[in-house]
Amino acid sequence: MTDEPLLRVSSLSKAYGSRVGCEDVSFELWPGEVLAVVGESGSGKTTLLNCISTRLAPTSGRVSYRMREGAFRDLYRMSEAERRFLMRTDWGFVHQNPADGLRMAVSAGANVGERLMAVGDRHYGKIRETAVDWLARVEIGEDRVDDEPRAFSGGMRQRLQIARNLVTGPRLVFMDEPTGGLDVSVQARLLDLLRGLVNDLGLAAIVVTHDLAVARLLSHRMIVMKDGQVVETGLTDRVLDDPRAPYTQLLVSSILQV
Amino acid sequence: MSTPEQTATQNIATYNFAYLDEQTKRMIRRAILKGIAIPGYQVPFASREMPMPYGWGTGGVQVTAAIIGPDDVLKVIDQGADDTTNAVSIRNFFRKVAGVETTTETAKATIMQTRHRIPELPLTEGQTLVYQVPIPEPLRFLEPRETETRMMHALEEYGLMHVKLYEDIAKHGHIATTYAYPVKIEGRYVMDPSPTPKFDNPKMHMSPALQLFGAGREKRIYAIPPFTDVVSLDFEDHPFEVQKFDRPCALCGAEQVYLDEVILDDRGGRMFVCSDTDHCESRRVDGHVGELGAKEAAE
Repeated sequence: MTDEPLLRVSSLSKAYGSRVGCEDVSFELWPGEVLAVVGESGSGKTTLLNCISTRLAPTSGRVSYRMREGAFRDLYRMSEAERRFLMRTDWGFVHQNPADGLRMAVSAGANVGERLMAVGDRHYGKIRETAVDWLARVEIGEDRVDDEPRAFSGGMRQRLQIARNLVTGPRLVFMDEPTGGLDVSVQARLLDLLRGLVNDLGLAAIVVTHDLAVARLLSHRMIVMKDGQVVETGLTDRVLDDPRAPYTQLLVSSILQV
Repeated sequence: MSTPEQTATQNIATYNFAYLDEQTKRMIRRAILKGIAIPGYQVPFASREMPMPYGWGTGGVQVTAAIIGPDDVLKVIDQGADDTTNAVSIRNFFRKVAGVETTTETAKATIMQTRHRIPELPLTEGQTLVYQVPIPEPLRFLEPRETETRMMHALEEYGLMHVKLYEDIAKHGHIATTYAYPVKIEGRYVMDPSPTPKFDNPKMHMSPALQLFGAGREKRIYAIPPFTDVVSLDFEDHPFEVQKFDRPCALCGAEQVYLDEVILDDRGGRMFVCSDTDHCESRRVDGHVGELGAKEAAE
């Protein structure tokens, strides 16, 4: 069944004027696979993620996605309506800063329920039930369902954001530094949770991170970027244990040992 | 039959009729026609400065000025009442600049400009209701970006509207939105019916009268043509309901009408009377008497 990739990226480039965002990136992502994109700041990781998730139009190249009915569609040849529908049903996007991905002024329940209502759910009781269920799956108690995300801690907000994205059962989730700005113990719990959810739901994910430990824990494969170019790709364990490109060797040796 | 000379004088009399210049009226009429052609869609227009502050009905006045003719009979209501400051001054304004007949009787009027209420007396074919709208965008308080709300209207992405209703139920146990209650027009555009109480929403549905909405500050015109489907948004398990009053009007005894609370003294005395003053008066003329109306008559 999985003999075809879910997402195909071919020679994707994004230039900001004469400056390079990312250049000639090609890869394929299979269903259920987690791909980490690592590199230092300014290496084009986020640009790449935004180009793939249609949040930023690339300068050249193609991104095609296998729809639920099985046909590949070029994302940039779809109509805006189709693209937006895809984004809020079949995809998820977890922002580094939860405030970017949440509605801070509406309750946690409504945050989770928004996507359901957007696809036409019109039964309050059922929406709320689903919201409570999802909050429980990301370890947020039922008693917090009517609280606004403003009243939540950073880690809770991030978990709420994840619940909000997963409620429609997406097949592909984009994550931009999902553990950024969280302290280590909260990071560890979030990673645990993410790993569990990805396994249970068979999600495919593209995780952008500068933290190699996050990549090690979550991802199957990784792409190492520098100055907008892909310098190395491979299985996560192989890349981290036996880095070949000089830059990857530098990156791996820069990890602080405790 | 009128002679050609008479016609010419009449034409001159109607040129630059009703305050606005002909080019402006033409522009506004185009917006109105477009609004009627796309029910519920907010048509941008080049709103003019009017001799009154924003928020006092500049949008409504411009729409009225663009559609009014010498044969029209104008009624203006504010909160359902014909005798409040704003209603009186707008009525006087049109009497002065258009010389049209004005009335307080719903049945007689051909054009009614309103803020907040739809008259209790069912409207008939040929009548036009002009609403003064402060904030035409139903999604405004949920999505501050105009570019984004327009895109949402274009793509029919109205999930967010239900997020607001969800919040109401989560916080209050029921849909607590009582005015500017969002409606869906002909199964397509979600529209803000201006600050009318939701009590009046059902009257918009399949109304034989033409309903025009003008927002002067926000520079938008929209419309509900006669006999158009108007559905108030709700949840399956929390259906749309209008306000209910547990007593009739204190003056005319009317039930199932929208009531205003009037404070009578500083010892907690109060009465509930029809918000539609014309409806109340005509009922009293017909001999209907409420609880306090009887006392009033006896004094």
